[in-house]
Amino acid sequence: MGEIDLTMVNWARAQFILTVMYHWIFVPITLGLSFLCAFFESMYVRTGDDEWKKLTKFWMTLFGINFAIGVATGIILEFQFGTNWSNYSWMVGDIFGAPLAIEGILAFFLEATFFAVMFFGWDRTSKGFHLFSTWMVAIGSNLSALWILVANGWMQSPVGMAFNPESARFEMQNFWEVLFAPIAIAKFTHTTSSSFVVGSFFVITISSYYLLKGRHVNMAKRSIIVASVFGLLASLFTAFTGDESAYNNARYQPMKLAAYEGLFEGARGADIVALGILNSGKRLGDGQEPFAFEVSIPKGLSIMAKRELNAFVPGIKDLVYGNEAEGIMSVAEKMEKGKAAVADFAAIREAGKSGDEQAKAAAIERFRVNQDYLGFGYLDTPEEIVPPVATVYYSFHIMVYLGSFFILLFMLYLYFSYKDTLEDKIWLLVLGFCSFFLALTASELGWVVAEVGRQPWAIQDLMPVKMATTNIGVGHVQATFFMFFVLFGALLIAEIKIMLKQIKIGPEGV
Amino acid sequence: MLMEYPARVFKFYQDGFRRMTVGKTLWKIIIIKLIIMFGVLKIFFFPNFLSTNFSTDQQRADHVIEQLTRSTGNNY
Repeated sequence: MGEIDLTMVNWARAQFILTVMYHWIFVPITLGLSFLCAFFESMYVRTGDDEWKKLTKFWMTLFGINFAIGVATGIILEFQFGTNWSNYSWMVGDIFGAPLAIEGILAFFLEATFFAVMFFGWDRTSKGFHLFSTWMVAIGSNLSALWILVANGWMQSPVGMAFNPESARFEMQNFWEVLFAPIAIAKFTHTTSSSFVVGSFFVITISSYYLLKGRHVNMAKRSIIVASVFGLLASLFTAFTGDESAYNNARYQPMKLAAYEGLFEGARGADIVALGILNSGKRLGDGQEPFAFEVSIPKGLSIMAKRELNAFVPGIKDLVYGNEAEGIMSVAEKMEKGKAAVADFAAIREAGKSGDEQAKAAAIERFRVNQDYLGFGYLDTPEEIVPPVATVYYSFHIMVYLGSFFILLFMLYLYFSYKDTLEDKIWLLVLGFCSFFLALTASELGWVVAEVGRQPWAIQDLMPVKMATTNIGVGHVQATFFMFFVLFGALLIAEIKIMLKQIKIGPEGV
Repeated sequence: MLMEYPARVFKFYQDGFRRMTVGKTLWKIIIIKLIIMFGVLKIFFFPNFLSTNFSTDQQRADHVIEQLTRSTGNNY
């Protein structure tokens, strides 16, 4: 077999991005709308008002459509792991096995029991048990997301494991350390709370459409009040967990933080750029200003990243070339250690093949000294650890602007609902109608920040993406990329058509 | 009495499926999707590379180690 083809790596990446971004259209709606259905039904059980029941059944139907179209699209990612990313799959199998198995079992039992009661059990089970089932679907769906996010968190900050150079596998040492890793917790809370925002705007978009058309007014207004309260609380919590994520990035992924803040040169009491346009001609170490235009908040970045006014926040340059005064090792030095680790990794294999146990033990001992730098041994240049700064910077800032705008939008919806003048505020209803698409954009951009921002790593510091792939031909990956493109396009059209038909029918048709 | 419970559960699901309206279309989509995914994509386009090409875990480990240790220089 020949060398790994970089074109294949990029097509495998593109295929993964296509699949995961498509999958992520459905997931946040499921996570958010499931809780909203539980709130709506709770109102029905509490008040006994049949209007709430009709409303709940309507949103539950849309939840079902979204779930049916989205279900199993995530499995395609697992297909891709086995075919396109076999080195990676082999290495992380022991770590991901437990969380993904729990997710599979949880999802199966949840779907086979509580889902069935939720959809088939109206008037056939007690009100209380039906409500319990709806809550279980909401809690279970979100817990199901926990495990996949824990797996993702581990890739961003690999903990609770030891690498076995004889089997080339990361072996789980402490399950709880993996589960409760700060980055995994922040990822779960930030992702689920932002999904609640998406779910809330899904309800607001459709309800605003009804108000604009003057149809199902009572249902729309009730839905808006519940979705706005939930969405506002979720938005505020998302801002809090976003701040926690940034703090964690500063500790575990400082390059990602530097990229999304556009921080080329580190500083004490670093300012945070609230609004800025990057200088597109800026290159690392060229002395040019990083921004063509900027509005900064003094010391904001030091406070966010280190919780201290005058703390040092390393920039891209410090992280690549090192900063002795601040105790930051250069990537060149890490690459030397990494290459030594890879050489010892090879020596372990050779000694194993020749049956020389003494040489093997010595090579393992040497490997352990530099194993934390293993991934750096595969880099060609120190600058390779810099992710695409503009993509990450703009994705992050647009996400933050949208997130802030959402807080205002929820407040406006609540204010005018309280005043009972929402129907007259056409401008707000038009904004609300667009809100779901904006929220989904923000949610997808969040993943761009998280995943593009950690490039070139598949596993932070230990495995670059280019070493994670299978050494297969590019033609195969290209063919399946276009196959998915067509399949996903057809499924999306099917969902939109069924969803629009149901929205047109309204609550009377469920 | 003991046999009554499974029969009731079965009837619950049976009635539920019978009464579905939009659900029938959704089930058709789910089934077609699963057939395409598992019957076509998985079998013909997404074989598990390591499971297909190697028969033991030792061989799989050897292959991955070979991939990871072959190029320590600037060969990519």
